[in-house]
Amino acid sequence: MSKRSNWSAPYAVFLLLFVVLPLLLVAMYAFQDADGHFTLANFGKFFHDPDALKTFAVSLEIAIETTALCVLIGYPAAWILASKKYNRSAVTIVLFIMPMWVNALMRTLATSQLFMMIGVPLGKGTLLFGMVYDFLPFMIYPIYNVLSKMDKSYAEAAQDLGASPGTVFRKVTLPLSMPGVWSGVLMVFMPTVSTFAISEFLTNNKFKLFGTIIQDNINNGMWNYGAVLSLIMLVIIGITSLASKQKGAEQSENLI
Amino acid sequence: MKKFLAKSYIWILLAVMYAPLVFIAVFSFTESRVLGEWSGFSTQLYQNILTGDMQGASSLTDAVKNTLIIAVIAAVVSTLLGTIAAVGIHNLRGRKRQVISFVNNIPMINPDIITGVSLFLLFVFLGVTQGYTSVVLAHITFCTPYVVLSVLPKLQQMNPNIYEAALDLGATPAQAFRKVLVPVLKPGMVSGFILAFTMSLDDFAVTFFTRGTEGLETLSTYIYADARKGGLTPELRPLMTLIFLIVLILLFVINVRQGRLARRREGAAKVAL
Repeated sequence: MSKRSNWSAPYAVFLLLFVVLPLLLVAMYAFQDADGHFTLANFGKFFHDPDALKTFAVSLEIAIETTALCVLIGYPAAWILASKKYNRSAVTIVLFIMPMWVNALMRTLATSQLFMMIGVPLGKGTLLFGMVYDFLPFMIYPIYNVLSKMDKSYAEAAQDLGASPGTVFRKVTLPLSMPGVWSGVLMVFMPTVSTFAISEFLTNNKFKLFGTIIQDNINNGMWNYGAVLSLIMLVIIGITSLASKQKGAEQSENLI
Repeated sequence: MKKFLAKSYIWILLAVMYAPLVFIAVFSFTESRVLGEWSGFSTQLYQNILTGDMQGASSLTDAVKNTLIIAVIAAVVSTLLGTIAAVGIHNLRGRKRQVISFVNNIPMINPDIITGVSLFLLFVFLGVTQGYTSVVLAHITFCTPYVVLSVLPKLQQMNPNIYEAALDLGATPAQAFRKVLVPVLKPGMVSGFILAFTMSLDDFAVTFFTRGTEGLETLSTYIYADARKGGLTPELRPLMTLIFLIVLILLFVINVRQGRLARRREGAAKVAL
């Protein structure tokens, strides 16, 4: 039995080489100047660059707004899809996931062309629309999953004890579905905060997001500065994933 | 009334979500170079695609070929690597298991751009020329964790005694693997393979950073470069429409078959009773 644990060895080596080492390299390049000497100047450059700071703030704002919109639009959709009363076929949820099989860049381009054709100027509004359009399935699916597996007897018990449908939803269904909401938040926030090509298409390059600056720097050979920006992004991602994991765990602990 | 509202909410959302796809499909039947400009009905673009005569867009054919080759290699390798790794991880205990599961999660949580940049720095650091090989390695990196996570549950459901019994009855470990483990793990491997294949097909950011400077294009990077130049190759419209139709048909076939299988099982159960 113990010998078969050795089967994980090749993958362990692979992970070390292609996951751990690359991340260490990001950190290493972040603390080096172009000649390979230790420096903190790359961080100084970021914190003294008003453009970069502004882009950073805009990216966070757009990501938070996209995530919030996805919850607001996606939760009711997931709830309807999971309720036996309103939707009896399992195919409808598949319809929401299907568009994702078409190349995301192509879909985004078509969206922006569609906006141009009906005369909507490209800007923040179209950016938010496009982002919600691209990432909504990532919000609907986890919420739908939790809701459709939920034990209905809790809601029925609350109802039998005299709670109104609104109270049942507020006190029972919503809290029980929060783990799904948190995993949806994670799955939408992460890609939106780091996106680059999509934002260029949807705003005609009017809006620069954080991902775009990382790409610009790496492509123009400014690896060290690009590495600092990536490291900052990693910190944001780390904080969000820890926070949402803890939230999700807390929610399910409190309830069961 | 409530039911009507609920239904319309779902159908309005779906209509909005499918609008860009319908838009592409409609304009795949006109020859105009600009998406959104109608220059009369024509199936010329479909003919160009089906005959492979792209009229100046031959690099699109190459991009499609590269996308498929990379996805097949990445999916096959990550399915093998991930399955073997899952068997190993399943038999690990304690600290080691925690560490390897944690690292396995990193590529899934990491945004594409970070995976791309970090692998780019790795290849620069190691002095590897970037091109086909680096892209395939990068795709294996972000695909394998999904295979591991698809196969692990199958191992947890398996009765461990069966494998031991095979060994006791004189099977070599290789035979026991082939005859006992593989059949049990197969559904997990298949779903892992499909996940890996689609992730690879759809990837843009990681490919973008690891493809080097020798002009290797996949469908995503081709579309990106095309859009930056300010116009989309018209043949992309019928191509996307066809891809969507193929997916639609595949899903339909799978659904029907699963339905039929489930019904057959039900029938068999009734007979057995």
